[in-house]
Amino acid sequence: MATQATYLGMPLDLNDLDVENVAYFKHCAAHDFHLQKCGACSLVRYPPTTACPWCASPKSDWVKVEGKGEVHSYSEVHHAIQPAFKAHTPYLILLVDLDTQKGRPTEHESLRVVGNLVTPDGTLAPPDTVRRVGIGTRVRMVFSDVSPGLAIPQWTIDEGAAQPAKPWRYPQE
Amino acid sequence: MPMPAETDATSPKHLRDKYAIVGVGETTYTRGSGKTTRALGTWAVRNAIEDAGLKPSDVDGVLSYQSGDSTFSTFIAGDLGIRPNFYMDVFGGGSSTEALVGMAMGLIEAGMCKVVVIFRAMNGFSQVRIGGTGARAAAPVSGDMLHSRAYGWQSAGQMFSLTFMRHMYDYGTRPEQVAAVKAIHSEHASNNPKAFYKQRFTVEDVLASRIICKPLHLLDCCVETDNGTALVVTSAERAKDCRHPRTLIRGVVGRCNKPRTDMHYQHGPISTVAGKYAREILWPNSGVGPEDVDITGSYDAFTFTTMLQLEDYGFCKKGDGGAYVSDGSIRLGGRRPNNTSGGHLCEGYTHGLNMVIENVRQLRHDADDSCPVGPNGKRQHTYDYREGGCRQVKKCEVSANMGWANPGTGSAMVMRNE
Repeated sequence: MATQATYLGMPLDLNDLDVENVAYFKHCAAHDFHLQKCGACSLVRYPPTTACPWCASPKSDWVKVEGKGEVHSYSEVHHAIQPAFKAHTPYLILLVDLDTQKGRPTEHESLRVVGNLVTPDGTLAPPDTVRRVGIGTRVRMVFSDVSPGLAIPQWTIDEGAAQPAKPWRYPQE
Repeated sequence: MPMPAETDATSPKHLRDKYAIVGVGETTYTRGSGKTTRALGTWAVRNAIEDAGLKPSDVDGVLSYQSGDSTFSTFIAGDLGIRPNFYMDVFGGGSSTEALVGMAMGLIEAGMCKVVVIFRAMNGFSQVRIGGTGARAAAPVSGDMLHSRAYGWQSAGQMFSLTFMRHMYDYGTRPEQVAAVKAIHSEHASNNPKAFYKQRFTVEDVLASRIICKPLHLLDCCVETDNGTALVVTSAERAKDCRHPRTLIRGVVGRCNKPRTDMHYQHGPISTVAGKYAREILWPNSGVGPEDVDITGSYDAFTFTTMLQLEDYGFCKKGDGGAYVSDGSIRLGGRRPNNTSGGHLCEGYTHGLNMVIENVRQLRHDADDSCPVGPNGKRQHTYDYREGGCRQVKKCEVSANMGWANPGTGSAMVMRNE
């Protein structure tokens, strides 16, 4: 049965035919991050797909992946498009290089996982927390619960990790 | 400039100068057209056919592009009495213009058509807003969008900003360098009577405008407008009988991609865009290089897109885009002006087609500015680029247009006059 729920005013629709995303979000609902590992070349991929983007093999297994990494780039949104995000501006969109498989299969590749900056309980981070984060910030994955059976992965500052003295931020605050 | 003599009939060089853009047309750039996209498309196509000195019955191919926000080729053809031997409506935006010119060449080369019209009709302000507010924001989030829109990562500005920000990090590109693109394009627009925004802005104005999503200020973003735009493509031979001096197509590259295409951010450097790959097709196909180009049309959905493409197509060294767009090179009177109509930032948003229209007019030496029209019916260009004045580029023989869909996908075309 298709999963439908509302998150920040947006109707989310997870279709039964979309088997890779169904499997992905099933793990997320359990606050567990799993990605597909290719059955032929053993590379892990994101986002979920039917075939391996490196070797085209359709064979894959879902494997647990550590949700830790470093901010590769970001945008800080002050003018929200979706109405329910307006109450949370400015919010951060983060592109995070996972530590897992970083620099593989080529030096320019990484598993780059998108998410917002959130507090550890999964709500969009307040402005003073937003201002602490930039390129280089170490983050860890947490989850925003949407409905029973659906959660989306997010990022929060990894307070236990060694952080750069000053992450790179856009010069105009 | 003298063109290299290429007579060897090996693909793709044998298509150089074999096809031409013979007609260009548009509707008024407005917010609130008061017309359907079908009416906008009809007017634009009619104007382009008339500009070519042709009749609708001479046209036998119709191509359009859209993203669920426009009319279809068959309606426009029927409404104007065109009987197509081929038509196609493709899905997509800013990487379509030059790509469809290439398809039109292919259709004619294959003997399927003789004269092909390409149009884009959109109410990008009053119906389906290009910025993503309204209908697009209200649609359910499913499939691949669960990994993007669910995070408030939806509009073009939001989607591209990660690329823009990383370019600043990788190369030290500064906000005031990129803001120069808006300032310069606004100067160009002030000499374009049909531009939606004719007001001149300064770099300081851009930096003082509110932040939309870092690193984009309001004035780093293009305008949303309603308009129809169209081009007519035919063989260079047939073009001899058309109304204007010929604008010959030297080479095209269409919808060229970075690795992973839509997932381009998975493959770095993310501060590099599709132009890095497209240039390897564009320049060899055209038989010219960046140094031979007099005028550019680098897609300005945002100030940053203009810069990134000029850099990756090789108009400056990788990483020097910020310096190139702010040192006066791209200004009227500079060594290689960009978007002399004001482009998407000022003239109007058309998904790239108005930038090709502008360069065709420039190559004809017929930019529609405020210069007086002489007894021969031609504008007497003054080359005085002060506000409200001329916008014709004096030495204008070779142009390059660079269309942008997103950081991962682009198209381009080189044209020349005779």
